[in-house]
Amino acid sequence: MKKKYTFGWDQGVAIFLLMTVVIGSFVSEYFANFDNISFVIQDIAEIAIIALAMTYLIIAGEIDLSVASILCLSSATLGFLFRNGAPFEMAILGGLLVGLLCGLINGFLVTVVGLPSLAVTIGTLALFRGLCYALLGNEPVNELPEEWIVLGYENIPGTFLPWSTIPLAILAAIAWIVLHYTRIGRWTFAIGINPEAAKFSGIPVARMKLGLFAVTGLMSGVAGVVYTLRFASASPDGAVGYELSVIAAVLFGGVAIAGGVGTLWGVLAAVLSLGAIRSVLQLIDFSANALLVVSGALLLISVVVPKAIEIYQSRRNSAFVTKI
Amino acid sequence: MIKKLAKVVAAAAIVGALVATAVTPASAVVPGIKTGLKIAIMPKAVNIGYFTAWNKGAQKACKEIGAKCDYVGPTEATGPAQVQFINKIIQQRYDVLVISAADQNAIVPSLNRAKARGITVVTSDADVAAASSKSRVVSVLPAASDRIGTAQVDWIAEAVGKKGSIAVLSAAATAANQNAWIAAMGPYLTKKYPNMSWVGGTVDKSTFYGDDDATKSTAQFAAILSQYPDVAGIISPTTVGVLAAAIEKKAKNAKVKVTGLGLPSQMAPYIEDGTTEKVGLWNPIDLGYVAVYAAARAESGTFNGRVGSSFKAGNKTYKVTKGGIAFLGDPFTFTKKNIATFKKIY
Repeated sequence: MKKKYTFGWDQGVAIFLLMTVVIGSFVSEYFANFDNISFVIQDIAEIAIIALAMTYLIIAGEIDLSVASILCLSSATLGFLFRNGAPFEMAILGGLLVGLLCGLINGFLVTVVGLPSLAVTIGTLALFRGLCYALLGNEPVNELPEEWIVLGYENIPGTFLPWSTIPLAILAAIAWIVLHYTRIGRWTFAIGINPEAAKFSGIPVARMKLGLFAVTGLMSGVAGVVYTLRFASASPDGAVGYELSVIAAVLFGGVAIAGGVGTLWGVLAAVLSLGAIRSVLQLIDFSANALLVVSGALLLISVVVPKAIEIYQSRRNSAFVTKI
Repeated sequence: MIKKLAKVVAAAAIVGALVATAVTPASAVVPGIKTGLKIAIMPKAVNIGYFTAWNKGAQKACKEIGAKCDYVGPTEATGPAQVQFINKIIQQRYDVLVISAADQNAIVPSLNRAKARGITVVTSDADVAAASSKSRVVSVLPAASDRIGTAQVDWIAEAVGKKGSIAVLSAAATAANQNAWIAAMGPYLTKKYPNMSWVGGTVDKSTFYGDDDATKSTAQFAAILSQYPDVAGIISPTTVGVLAAAIEKKAKNAKVKVTGLGLPSQMAPYIEDGTTEKVGLWNPIDLGYVAVYAAARAESGTFNGRVGSSFKAGNKTYKVTKGGIAFLGDPFTFTKKNIATFKKIY
């Protein structure tokens, strides 16, 4: 299925985002202003950072359901170290390392032991979450240093952008360049399209996948640090259910669940759409119950619609063939 | 023609607006409180009966002070979920936020942000961490720990006629709330009711632990009766314990009097049939009502929330105590008289 229709899914998402913004500004006077942009970015920062890595993983035909638990464990480690007297900078480093380690564990179980990533990461989803509770008990860590916490909720001086924009922008730029302009990016697509063919053409498939899991773990760790600062606390029940939002955003951004297809900017547009829709619905006083329905519906749409298009086109093609 | 029509319409609109402004009462409905305040009432989670009652009180206060109050909040009772709604409150330029903190830490940065935008924040029912008490003006909480304990002693004393020995059926031995209440009961009984005593000599030796488990609480209730056959009354300062005690008392047709902290909806049958004369719990309706008054007065500049200051809500005055907390006072009690109303509420 090479470029059949010039109008791609990711362009559709970009238009969807634009429409959300336009409609949003019409239905709520509070939507289109700098304050709200700041809130929306803050709100989606963690999801966006993880989604960058998840994009690679799903393109390569794998998945990681444990990302929210890794986020939590990294945050819990940070809190645990700080509570036990470590300097805050060291605690952050510890949190990031634990994220990386969690990713390596996932990658090891998938590539070396040879288990399916869906099963492995459902297991580690529960395992890492359990470790959060083991580490912190039922007692969240608070009273973090004030000079760090302000990074969690204040804007970059003189701008309307929250501090979390900086890591997000840098990481997004790197992820974009690597995915679309380097060998690693091409390999990722090749593995997703056909892992066997990729292997025979000399791509180190296992090592690539291990690396992708490790990076996903590390990114979840980064998100964990951002999350900790944003809520000024490390708590064992943090970010429950975030994996669903991450995967919904990646799939809605046009990455095929079967792998091999996707663009990074499509995913970024999707994450922004998710944040924008949530904001609009909240501002027009949609009930909180309905908000859940929306993310679920987006997830379904992004899986069902491409499949429907595919079926429709293959039918049309086969009809065409029989005519001849 | 159309232009003329437009002019007429515009003129009419201006006149209408002027009239509307003139009609708006210049003076406040309640002295010391601005009218037309935009207030957000945020529970830990919507769809919980307890908070529906809390909101009922808040709305009553809003009506009295001529404010516009919206009940907004998440479906899951977590701090991060509340933060999204606090952001919305900031966006929609509310004047006041009355909130029950679902997480004593996670919402603090957002509350600080709200405060920085000039929103008056008051916590009610559940407060933020003591270290973050600057993020809100005041916290309106049910009752001081001591009084929750001693009030229950008063109830049991009334039930047993101020004489005889009593015991306590608590939750877990490690339950911090219950332990604080029970600690206050000991000296109070000795001081106020000289003809009463503890079955085991001291309050500690007279306390049994049902671990907030229905089966275990029932067994512990039976254990008290067999160990101390002449026990006159049992206080159970936990909703699970007091319900188990009432059920078991009825089943065994025991004479012992039972009281404690109970949910009216659960305790209604046992209050209606006289198994227990009275149980208490704080009243979420009052909590919401008083919190709105505190917040509206703070927003109007007639109350600052400092320790020692006070504010009026309805016809009662509340004083701010240590830590910037205003307590409602005695727990609210349920008897045959009012149980029919409250069993429907929470």
